Amino acid sequence: MPSAEIAVMHPAGLHARPAAEFVKLAASFPCNIKVRNLTADKKLVNAKSILSVLTLGVQQGHRVCIETSGEKEEEALDALRELIESNFGEAKP
Amino acid sequence: MSQQAKGIPVSDGIAIGSGWIYCPVAIKVERYQNQDPEFEKDRLETALQQAKSQIAQLHQRTRETIGEEEAAIFEAHALFLDDPEFVGGIKTIIEAQRINAEAAVEEVVELYAQQMLSLEDAYFQARAQDIGDVGHRLLCCLLGVSPEGINLPDRAVIIVAEDLTPSDTVQFERSKILGLCTVRGGPTSHTAILARSIGVPAAVCLPMQLDDLENGVLLILNGTDGTLTIDPAPGELAQARQSQNQWRSRWAEQVADAHLPAITKDGRTVEVVANIGSVTDARQAVEYGAEGVGLLRTEFLYLDKQQMPSQAEQINTYREIFEVIGNRPLVVRTLDIGGDKAVEYLGTKSEPNPFLGWRAIRMIDEKPEILRDQFCALLEAGAGFDLRIMVPMVSSLDEVQQARQLFDEAHQALRTSSRPMADNVQFGIMVEVPAAALLVEHLAKYVDFFSIGTNDLAQYTLAVDRTNERVAHLASPFHPAVIRLIAGTIQEAHAKGKWVGLCGEMAGDPLAAPLLLGLGLDEFSMAAASIPVVKQTIRQLVYRDCQEIAATALKLPTTKTVMEYLEQVKDKNVVEGSRGK
Repeated sequence: MPSAEIAVMHPAGLHARPAAEFVKLAASFPCNIKVRNLTADKKLVNAKSILSVLTLGVQQGHRVCIETSGEKEEEALDALRELIESNFGEAKP
Repeated sequence: MSQQAKGIPVSDGIAIGSGWIYCPVAIKVERYQNQDPEFEKDRLETALQQAKSQIAQLHQRTRETIGEEEAAIFEAHALFLDDPEFVGGIKTIIEAQRINAEAAVEEVVELYAQQMLSLEDAYFQARAQDIGDVGHRLLCCLLGVSPEGINLPDRAVIIVAEDLTPSDTVQFERSKILGLCTVRGGPTSHTAILARSIGVPAAVCLPMQLDDLENGVLLILNGTDGTLTIDPAPGELAQARQSQNQWRSRWAEQVADAHLPAITKDGRTVEVVANIGSVTDARQAVEYGAEGVGLLRTEFLYLDKQQMPSQAEQINTYREIFEVIGNRPLVVRTLDIGGDKAVEYLGTKSEPNPFLGWRAIRMIDEKPEILRDQFCALLEAGAGFDLRIMVPMVSSLDEVQQARQLFDEAHQALRTSSRPMADNVQFGIMVEVPAAALLVEHLAKYVDFFSIGTNDLAQYTLAVDRTNERVAHLASPFHPAVIRLIAGTIQEAHAKGKWVGLCGEMAGDPLAAPLLLGLGLDEFSMAAASIPVVKQTIRQLVYRDCQEIAATALKLPTTKTVMEYLEQVKDKNVVEGSRGK
């Protein structure tokens, strides 16, 4: 089961627009995708659920772990990692 | 038998029509065992679709009438309804506990709301409210009741409510509102602001029981004296219609004449301009004869954001408003936020005394870049416009020097990069703190103009917290101490050759017009809807008489005597004005 650890550098963390973008992208893949906030040691939640992602309270600088399993698991992981690494399409702060 | 309730008048005029009682809350969910989980899940599915289409409509309407920013709230609501965990959670409970869809929705909504609240961050507190809102909508769809004001009756009505929130009011179709009245709220409540902005009568703080009212009952709402008459007798109705007609023809006359200059009978001209905070306000200001803008509030650009708005975003937003105002003069107030609104990236935190705390110009030491960026954006957006910029909350000379230096730096930076920028921009300060009013003589050296903010000046002079309902009524701009500070400010500024505006509520009050005119005020800035009546009032006055009126008023010892004296002056003018026609 592929997984990756990434730091979220967007000033909004995983709230507001970044959270919405993240969830929409996750929902576009058929596989199961889970995400956990490593910094705050929160539970593993469904990455396709906006409410669950919000409850992780991911803030700028927090590290998250993403796990994918099932059809297109590699592509999904790459796409989500790229979204976070590209700072959700915004210039780096 | 007719009944009457007397509240606080907040928006002028008389409305006659049927009442429509708006009760957004109080949905009682019954919990019962379901016979068939599949049936409950189907009901849930239908309700979800219905709620989604309602939200899509709200999103659209809010974007058109208010703006992109506010509309984004409803985008988030739509995402919640697509959330697999949220919807899945409800379905699981329907199956596992074999209960009805309503009870299951309530349980899951409560669960997520609690989780958000436990995160202890203002952002999540607001999300908890959003979840509650979405849950409420879903329950309404399941129960087949109209969720909010979306389904106003076909005819126009007088809306009666316990209280109205911003999210309530965005949903009312403006053409269907004859008037607004609420049991709670004050003169600065959202109800009051909405009513004045769309120009319908309103009264708040009405002592009455909503339960005693029936939908469709005939009402007379007098927004000029604050009375609501329920089920009026034929005589009362006839009288109300007559006053309504008089009021309407007076209003029509004022609006028709609103584009004429405000010039006294003996030839003194003053500028009558508008207080605005959006493109919609700007359009209305132009429609009601504003000769410019005396106060453009800029806080909306910074609230509900996770990071500083970019230069491009600031410039585009300003330009959109500037274009509506065209070549008229335009005064922009720089950011005025403090501990009353905690915005993380600005560094404002909740404080025990936010109005005495770290706010507005006081941010300049720790965070000069906020003001510098705003100056740059304004200067660039202002290319080709008659731009003036003022900083709020000044209490010392150092602050003005520092702000002036940042302003000059921004100017220099733009010139070096040879970007287009506004020419001959006037730089001013607000006089809201008594210290500033008493130092005008020294401050004048660094500014081109002064603008008196009487709401805050009264609050700070009289040591009254305007948000504290028990003492708020004491913060009158007609208090002799406040009037003396206004008089002193105008006198000293004029002695140094600087012009003076006034942008508090006082400027829009016809009662204050002879006093302010007599004190020599150059610019009156107010809510757009007040412009026609203030202009008409000024045109009926004689400047020389007003100077005497002001001199007399300045000698009076109390708020009460000042107001009584101005009432007498007004009555005398009304008589003379009508005789002159």
